[in-house]
Amino acid sequence: MRVIVQEAPFDPGAELNAFAKGDTDIGAVVSFTGVTRDVSGGLSQMQIEHYSGMTERALTQICEEAQHRWSLVDVLVIHRFGVMKAGDNIMMVATASRHRADAFAAADFLMDYLKSRAPFWKKEVTADGSEWVAAKDSDEDALDRWS
Amino acid sequence: MINVLYFAWVRERIGLPKEMVETNATTVLQLVEELRAREERYALAFSDLTALRVALDQDLSDFDAKLDGVREVAFFPPMTGG
Repeated sequence: MRVIVQEAPFDPGAELNAFAKGDTDIGAVVSFTGVTRDVSGGLSQMQIEHYSGMTERALTQICEEAQHRWSLVDVLVIHRFGVMKAGDNIMMVATASRHRADAFAAADFLMDYLKSRAPFWKKEVTADGSEWVAAKDSDEDALDRWS
Repeated sequence: MINVLYFAWVRERIGLPKEMVETNATTVLQLVEELRAREERYALAFSDLTALRVALDQDLSDFDAKLDGVREVAFFPPMTGG
């Protein structure tokens, strides 16, 4: 299991190629990459703030919960903070398992949980000013699927 | 003394990211009441607790929770990771 919180960009392809490498008991690898989207059509930058310390702790707990629920050979979470431009990669998760069902379900679970349980906050900056991205009720509802 | 941290718009409204607070509060809610009574900017930041989340020693908690032995309290809006 690897949890990485960093400001620097990362290469999802290189990360995925290196993920769970050499483990011959793996039959499935699922990955998700979150990309900065220009929702308003005028995004100059997206600022991501986080709670250093709690972030690593929360992400680790979420990964441990996924490992507890599904049969996973390996889990990777990378999440950036700082300033992003439209098109920049924000985060990725990857899961590896013997069979695909576990890898798919665990990746889905990780995304739902880290959206509303990992202490990150996004702020969109446009020519008109800046605004904190509001959490969606649907994000919170998504967690009910796993209870 | 408790280390109190603020994030996102809570940090912006209060105007600082963290501070040491001298308090005898035994619950989060009591601490919030003390902060609200300080100044308008605190009252404004804590005007709607349903819009806020709290973490005690870096674990999500709730406003009814006790502060026994807690060293770090953080207030922030609902998280928007991913």
